[in-house]
Amino acid sequence: MKLKQLSVFLENRPGQVKVPCKALADAGVNILAMSLADTEQFGILRFIVKDPAKARDVLAKAGCVVKETEVLAVEVDDRPGGLLRLLEVFEKANMTIEYMYAFNANRPGGKAALAFRFDDPEIAVKALQGAGINAIAPIEL
Amino acid sequence: MSAKIENRIWDKDETLCRADLERLQVQRLRETVQRVAQVPFYKQKFAETGITPDSIKSAADVRKLPFTTKADLREHYPWGFLACDPKQVKRIHGSSGTTGKPTFVAYTKNDRDMWANLCARFLVSGGLREDHLCHMAFSYGLFTGGFGLHYGIEKVGAAICPAAGGNTPRHILLIQDLKPDVLIGTPSYALHIAEVARQQGVDPRSMSLRFGHFGGEPWTEEMRTKIEADFDMHAFNNYGLSEVIGPGVSGDCIFRTGMHIQEDHFLVECINPNTLEPVLDGQRGELVFTALTKEAFPLLRYRTRDIAVLDHGKCECGRTTCRMSRVIGRSDDMLIIRGVNVFPSQVEEALLRVDGVAPHYLIEVSRPGTMDEIVVKVEISPQAFSDKMRQMQELKRRIDHEIHSITGIRMGIELVEPQTIERSMGKAVRVVDHRKTQAGLSMPKP
Ligand SMILES: [Zn+2]
Repeated sequence: MKLKQLSVFLENRPGQVKVPCKALADAGVNILAMSLADTEQFGILRFIVKDPAKARDVLAKAGCVVKETEVLAVEVDDRPGGLLRLLEVFEKANMTIEYMYAFNANRPGGKAALAFRFDDPEIAVKALQGAGINAIAPIEL
Repeated sequence: MSAKIENRIWDKDETLCRADLERLQVQRLRETVQRVAQVPFYKQKFAETGITPDSIKSAADVRKLPFTTKADLREHYPWGFLACDPKQVKRIHGSSGTTGKPTFVAYTKNDRDMWANLCARFLVSGGLREDHLCHMAFSYGLFTGGFGLHYGIEKVGAAICPAAGGNTPRHILLIQDLKPDVLIGTPSYALHIAEVARQQGVDPRSMSLRFGHFGGEPWTEEMRTKIEADFDMHAFNNYGLSEVIGPGVSGDCIFRTGMHIQEDHFLVECINPNTLEPVLDGQRGELVFTALTKEAFPLLRYRTRDIAVLDHGKCECGRTTCRMSRVIGRSDDMLIIRGVNVFPSQVEEALLRVDGVAPHYLIEVSRPGTMDEIVVKVEISPQAFSDKMRQMQELKRRIDHEIHSITGIRMGIELVEPQTIERSMGKAVRVVDHRKTQAGLSMPKP
């Protein structure tokens, strides 16, 4: 199961990251997972929320450049080596991870969750299914 | 491309051998010097330097003559440069002048006829034939575009629908119903017509337009490619300015390797705007024109401020006249970066080559130490934005590559959020030169 991720373009100047965060806060949207990739001149803020359509609207109205892409979110055991099994599955399937980041809070049942971005998420879903692992569905967020 | 064009030459004087052409130029330049000797501005200059018609022995002797600038025209507003009996003035045109007062130009009956013939030359050169119908999208007014092209088209014997001003849907309706072959106007308006047509569900390629003659503003080769694809037409560039005559100073032939300058009527020079010395073929410089045959308003060495490149090489079409490139920029806008001349229009051209980049940009020049630093801020569009850092870096590299290949220098590229570069009414601010405000530094004035 794939999730919708939103990305926002940020210029590297003071207060820039506040703009999208404040817009979401004002609209009562909770950020479940986020990552910031940065260069010396600009950054890309990516995050996962429960209602991406609403969040997208809110961000566009705030003047942000928003892009919607699909990522895969997967639960792992929250213990040393929990992530390793997953990485082995992707490696076996010869998949390159574009980038990855963790969810903010622990999941029920002592699990942690991670978001992965692949060029072709469909192939990654199949690889996971082959290994008996299920990705998190939007409804499970 | 659907239509094939045959190479046709309207006027045998376009193919004079260079020796005959120069003889004609010298003779006409002497007549012009004679004619303007009573214009107070030139009378005084001639008195200072001792110029008479006999001072002109070759075309190169034009360099002995004084320059004329837009400021000179304003100073002698409105008719200080008139060289004929005011009763002989049979037409007036003018340029709005983006700053302050307009300037006027005048034509005698002969001037008008000569002008129509020059427009006929470039129109025929770009495929206009007697059985064509032209859709005129230029307005008819003080601006020379409308009337200049109008009489050129009639001279060729073709038909005109003088649609002129009016809203775009009306232009589209007329084009759909009257099925003209040729579109006349500014290139940006042609693109606008195509865009509005598509919004209305009309494919511009289904329209009858197969030729376009565009001028009145600088444009790029990328715009030409787009217009030609949008309408499935041949798009030709023409150049002119009211102070010289209006459209008809130069125009494309079917080989489109530069616009043929009507050298039997205008003597062209290409100069370094700082030193005022001539530059070689292939080098950028400011175009300067001297009228050779005008009766009412002949200007000597008029500084156009338009930057272009000349080519005196042979052209396949058979015309022997010198060709000029597109106008690359204005000498007022020219930036000198680490000794290299750069024009904002070159940056714009580079950005147009990169998909998904908005043509909104700002060039910032500074000199933090001893070296000039130039940074181009480019607005990122939603289409060009990617969540992948790799793609974003690649976008920056492509912008950098295009700018470097067009200007020859490396500039810093900064991606900025949309709508962050200030939009101004009218002429957009494209350059901020911090060097001018930095203490202890003076910029060479173009
Ligand atoms: Zn030619």
